[in-house]
Amino acid sequence: MTELNLAQAINSALDLALANDQRVVLLGEDIGVTGGVFRVTDGLYQRYGGDRVIDAPVAESGIVGAAFGMAIAGIRPIVEIQFLGFAYPAYDQIVSHVGRIRNRSNHRFSAPLVIRIPYGGGIGAAEHHSESSEAIFAHTPGIKVVVPSTPYDAKGMLLAAIADPDPVVFLEPIRLYRAVKQDVPDDEYLVPLGVATTVREGTDVSLFSYGSMVRESRRAAEALSGEGVSVEVIDLRSLAPLDEEAIVAAARRTGRAVVVTESPRTAGMASEVAAVVQERALYSLLAPVERVTGWDTVVPLKRTEHHHVPGLKRISAAVRRVMEA
Amino acid sequence: MEPIRLLEVDGTLRGDPPVDLDETRRLFTAMVTARAYDSKCNAMQVQGRLATYASFEGQEAAQIGSIAALRNDDWVVATYRDAAAMWFQGYLWANLLLGRMGDERGGAPPEDVNVLPPSITVGAHMIHAVGLGWAESLQGSDRIAMALFGDGATSEGDFHEAMNFAGVFSTPTVFLCQNNGFAISMPRQRQTAAEWLTNKAIGYGMPGVLVDGNDLFAMIGVTRDAVGRARAGDGPTFIEALTFRVGPHTTTDDAARYRSDDLVEEWRRRDPIDRVRLYLQRSGGWDEAWETELAESARGAIEEAVTAAESVDPFEPGAIFDRMYSTPTSAMDRQRAALRRDGGDD
Repeated sequence: MTELNLAQAINSALDLALANDQRVVLLGEDIGVTGGVFRVTDGLYQRYGGDRVIDAPVAESGIVGAAFGMAIAGIRPIVEIQFLGFAYPAYDQIVSHVGRIRNRSNHRFSAPLVIRIPYGGGIGAAEHHSESSEAIFAHTPGIKVVVPSTPYDAKGMLLAAIADPDPVVFLEPIRLYRAVKQDVPDDEYLVPLGVATTVREGTDVSLFSYGSMVRESRRAAEALSGEGVSVEVIDLRSLAPLDEEAIVAAARRTGRAVVVTESPRTAGMASEVAAVVQERALYSLLAPVERVTGWDTVVPLKRTEHHHVPGLKRISAAVRRVMEA
Repeated sequence: MEPIRLLEVDGTLRGDPPVDLDETRRLFTAMVTARAYDSKCNAMQVQGRLATYASFEGQEAAQIGSIAALRNDDWVVATYRDAAAMWFQGYLWANLLLGRMGDERGGAPPEDVNVLPPSITVGAHMIHAVGLGWAESLQGSDRIAMALFGDGATSEGDFHEAMNFAGVFSTPTVFLCQNNGFAISMPRQRQTAAEWLTNKAIGYGMPGVLVDGNDLFAMIGVTRDAVGRARAGDGPTFIEALTFRVGPHTTTDDAARYRSDDLVEEWRRRDPIDRVRLYLQRSGGWDEAWETELAESARGAIEEAVTAAESVDPFEPGAIFDRMYSTPTSAMDRQRAALRRDGGDD
């Protein structure tokens, strides 16, 4: 066990994957000598060399497209895109090829690659550096989309993503990279993809979230316990596939559901979770499902960003509303 | 700039042939077989037995000649207009037909054939060839990868990224551009202000070679050089093969809207198959009975492929959920159950 933050836990997973599997290569911008813009690949270039930790030209579509070809020919590439806002040029490769080759070739070819993308706001970054457009990827057939919220999950889910025979988009909450430390096993372990987890027990309301919003949801839950409200927090962890069974079980258990995301509201993950709850748990509900989300706006810059990214106040207000309904 | 040419339109040879007479006869047979496939597909489309079809008539030398320079286990990443090339690298006619009939099993060539199913998006696949060849190098193999694409694809941003990556990482990639004059209706002059597409190679630090794409021998020669460089670890090459698609863009296209009959006739006179026939006749490697027989057996082989493709039973409706992932996800399982419950539309 070593106490690691989320960035270090990801580094540890990459280190193990590079050490244990010669097929694994890292490909991205500034990930080599510099160790990545968030230093997540720190030290790996020095340990494994430039043929395994590859600094690529500034071309996201080219990086993902080349990794796609590599994966088909037996390499296990792990791509780093610097920010989710810079992933859009690569989206064509993901939607048109990465997510399709298995179907297009009836399993004859497959592309087991991992695309790591830092996402989300709350750190007052420049425009394009705070995007939370994960729903676009969850909407894309043929890929898996996962988001860890703890160092332990980050390492275990990344190792599971690397071992997965299908392409995985692995979103990393920028705001949590260095926010908390946790004891993380030194050896390899897998946290299965596609499975949600209950991070706080409660009986009155189920709060569903993922990534950086898990921490905000827990803060709200703690605060609300002082008001006598027992709030359960579910970390969805996987956006595609969504763990519907866990969502439905929780909604039936508490009868109240609040979904928290920092993404735009329309056609987002919160809408999807709300739809699942009404389809399969409607008659258990004691209140309408609430969505606490970012707005259908560009993420505001630093001075007003806190009005966009949900936090304690807006989450608590939503929980109080479903309690009063 | 003059394109490299070894065979004149009248079949006279400049210099030494790149292959002997037997091999020339084999490649001639392959071109005739490919054209039989092309003409069969056009007929089947009219009969409603195939979806939209993109003819490659006129481009047989560019495709058969370049593939002839590859090794059997090299990678080929090609487009919807490259069936001749894909077949000559081992993809089955029956698979190609099945794909055009609307069946995903058409995308699965035999296990030992390293040819990806045809790319339908224009230009995004060239970088895949870069990755494939790169992966082979990283694994200590000397397999190379060839990307086939048209003049229109050179306008896509992904063309730039593919060429740039190949140059920077010196990947074993052959970029074969079949410049057939038009991207659907758009003439080559509207794709780039550069006089030749080969000019672009300079910017990526790789050789660019201009070749007569309707000359089988020249195609073999320039591709062989490019493949040799790639296999030796000397990096990528860009080839611009000047050719012409005699047919429309696809069976849904009306080529008369954007090009003249005179232009088509002019290119028909430079037909790649006629040129090799004239050469064989001059070299004593041809007689009428031989061609009649090979044309007959070519048509027979295509008919057999059609029968094989048409006798494949349709997928059961839920099979789509099995193809998306290695093991169906929970979402696939739920949606399969929903389809089973309600059924699809008739």
